[in-house]
Amino acid sequence: MAYFYQNPLLRWLMRNPIWGFVLIIFIFFSLSADHFFSERNLMNIVVQTSTIGLIALGMTLVMINGNIDLSVGATLALAAAFAVDVQSWAAFSTWGNWQILPAVCLALLVGILMGAINGFIVWKTGVDAFIVTLGAMLGIRGLVFVYTGEQSFYAMNFAYSDFSFMTIGPFPVLAVIFGIAVLAVHWLLSRTVHGRNTYAVGGNREAAVNAGIRVGPHMMINFMLIGFLAALSGVLLSTQMGAATPNLGRDYELWVITAVVLGGTKLTGGKGDIIGTLGGVLAIGILRNGMNLMQVPAFYVYVILGSILIAVLFLDKRFNRTADGGLRL
Amino acid sequence: MNVNREPALRLQGIVKTFPGVRALDGVDFEVMPGEVHALLGENGAGKSTLMKVLAGMYQPDEGQIIIAGQKVRMTTPIEAKAQGVILIHQELSLVPEMSAAENIYLGELPRKSLGRVDWKTLEARSNAILKRLRCNFRAEVTVANLSIANQQMVEIARALTVDARVVIFDEPTASLTDAEKVVLFDIINDLKAQGVGIVYISHRMDEIFTLSDRITVLRDGGYRGTLNTADTNEDEVTRLMIGRSLDLSRDEAAREFGKTMLDVRNLTCPGLFENVSFSVRAGEVVGFYGLVGAGRTEIAETLFGLRKPTSGEILVDGETVEIGSPRAAIAMGISLVPENRKEQGLVLQMNCRDNMTLPQVQDLTAGPFLSQGAELAIFDQYRDRLAIKTPSWRQSAGVLSGGNQQKIVIGKWLSMQPRVLIVDEPTRGIDVGSKSEIHQLLRELAAQGYAVIVISSEMPEVLRVSDRIVAMYHGRIMREFSIDEVTEDSLVQAISGITSDTAA
Ligand SMILES: Nc1ncnc2c1ncn2[C@@H]1O[C@H](COP(=O)(O)OP(=O)(O)OP(=O)(O)O)[C@@H](O)[C@H]1O
Ligand SMILES: [Mg+2]
Repeated sequence: MAYFYQNPLLRWLMRNPIWGFVLIIFIFFSLSADHFFSERNLMNIVVQTSTIGLIALGMTLVMINGNIDLSVGATLALAAAFAVDVQSWAAFSTWGNWQILPAVCLALLVGILMGAINGFIVWKTGVDAFIVTLGAMLGIRGLVFVYTGEQSFYAMNFAYSDFSFMTIGPFPVLAVIFGIAVLAVHWLLSRTVHGRNTYAVGGNREAAVNAGIRVGPHMMINFMLIGFLAALSGVLLSTQMGAATPNLGRDYELWVITAVVLGGTKLTGGKGDIIGTLGGVLAIGILRNGMNLMQVPAFYVYVILGSILIAVLFLDKRFNRTADGGLRL
Repeated sequence: MNVNREPALRLQGIVKTFPGVRALDGVDFEVMPGEVHALLGENGAGKSTLMKVLAGMYQPDEGQIIIAGQKVRMTTPIEAKAQGVILIHQELSLVPEMSAAENIYLGELPRKSLGRVDWKTLEARSNAILKRLRCNFRAEVTVANLSIANQQMVEIARALTVDARVVIFDEPTASLTDAEKVVLFDIINDLKAQGVGIVYISHRMDEIFTLSDRITVLRDGGYRGTLNTADTNEDEVTRLMIGRSLDLSRDEAAREFGKTMLDVRNLTCPGLFENVSFSVRAGEVVGFYGLVGAGRTEIAETLFGLRKPTSGEILVDGETVEIGSPRAAIAMGISLVPENRKEQGLVLQMNCRDNMTLPQVQDLTAGPFLSQGAELAIFDQYRDRLAIKTPSWRQSAGVLSGGNQQKIVIGKWLSMQPRVLIVDEPTRGIDVGSKSEIHQLLRELAAQGYAVIVISSEMPEVLRVSDRIVAMYHGRIMREFSIDEVTEDSLVQAISGITSDTAA
């Protein structure tokens, strides 16, 4: 064991077992799946994972804060519906491609609003976030069906659906957006006052209050951020599909939470980081992509992911329990 | 000691390292049957770690454990318990939602057929143990509803469920009242008479000298020697422990008091305290002395905005104020070092530096980002000033030794440069060296013009640090003493609710 403690790379991997896992499956698929290791496919992976990735960033914030948000899939669908629908409103019919702008802005605002409502209820009523956002998940999904009349909306403006194929230099625009979001949230969490207080509130709420930290506003900001990111994710998803369907984003909350937990964020709050979450998101992305290339039926992905989730968390506990001081078995 | 007898338990050359820390460095230790063996050392010396090795919670890197002549390997607390080694933790480890009975028999609930819990037997046995401990609550109550002291009793009751060979008490008296302590000492002497070996860890010299037969001293994870209690004295033990003698005198320099910083008039919170009036001037230390439960902590919490008084007035620096929240209190320059560091003071997963700067991070920024440099500067300053022992600022606060955790909390509030500093039981669980440093520090702070309130249940502590002492009993201020007129007897009388003729 002493040797492990001394090698900095191994130590880092022990603290972030998910990255060890990402490395292993990366090498595995590179060797065994034909088209896996190509620039194009790797970019593909980033684009494919950016949707759950963006939400996972927000979920990391919310979970470190000691809460959870189950309503992200529904918020995503609602935002996508707004984004696609609003651009065809008569009011903007003469705006040309600019009609996309109010549509996207409104969609993002709707996401922030949903988050704000969640946050406000959790703050003011003190009801557990699990319950509040479970209600929101059902309620918002209901709203989506009412709004869309159970139909899909299709984007009439082709500039909208072309957006997702754009590139900036060698990089797909979606990958760039995701990259920027990763950096921004990482900085927010590790370098700002809000980030620090997010850890404090999730780690020990009473101590945070005693330190003069206003718990409610921080929780609200984090819910608004995840609402924004879910909406952004919904907008981007609808550009990829050129449409918004009422069932968009089903089960996303489960994928997102899986990715975040794989990345080492604790459900009890106070612990976690964006580097881990990125690893969790990539692990899911690589697995799905690689197994797809190897033509493994999709449901095996679930079986394998489920096993990996447990395995990674087990390793994490093995390696890191002394460091946590949490020894009682 | 009878040389012919086997030790109940012996540790040889124990080494235990954590990343960055050599917590134990070749420690030898033994307990004879029927002996009370005290273990002493500064905060972070490795006492709790040694005991966790003994109780099967940590695996030593090197060294061996010998029980009744047999070399053993214990990998879990359950195995240790089976060997008759029982550890009563420094930090409570109870399940708060369960009843006292369930906690006492946790993991070994008596059963009926089909694995059903035999509640009757469970409660009968638990109540019998609690009775033996002279506890005045029943085993059916939920632990969360018990006071800290009573929770401690439940923890002790656990040890009495099996035939113990060795029972380890890790700072058991930190939150007990004097009366409860007497009960505890009776129990320890009972166990001793039954031939059980006792390991007793405490920072209180008086307890160690009344209770123990031998004393082993650790320093920085190293073994410093074992002494017969009868052949040694406090000074020798202290020097072994911290490398120097202690100066326990009061600093008698004449004080100049400034204007009144805090003035409390007829403050009432029904059921907790009533009609409380006192004032604290700049440069003055006011000690609040009383029994646990006298309402002192509640007054502190009210001043810090955690409780709302039903009537009365609070003036800070001459102005009447409403203190609605800790945030408001901090803005007015009031700081509180709370009684209970783990629950109220620290974010355990967070590193030491971040814990220390928590109430002021919003002021330690460079542009939109936190300034690492400014944060580290504060951490380094108070680490040195309070002699906090940690391998680096990155260490999470949860793994520090109890005393060092307390110092982090004190450092946190000192670094806020408050006008009024309230410290609630500031030296609970702190070693004698640091304790006298903290006392000196409180005096220095006052000398620099802070108004300081010290709440303490230890008479020597209030006598040493205070300029004035407020004695409380059942939520009322019984009497105020200036340090020149106070005597131990009059203090004891005042906090027991006895009003003598002189107390007019
Ligand atoms: N799980 C852990 N991980 C890392 N370091 C640890 C861990 N447990 C203890 N330490 C370190 O080991 C040293 C010894 O700690 P220990 O708790 O044994 O001290 P102690 O003598 O009981 O002190 P106190 O009187 O304050 O309770 C300390 O420096 C502490 O920070
Ligand atoms: Mg200890």
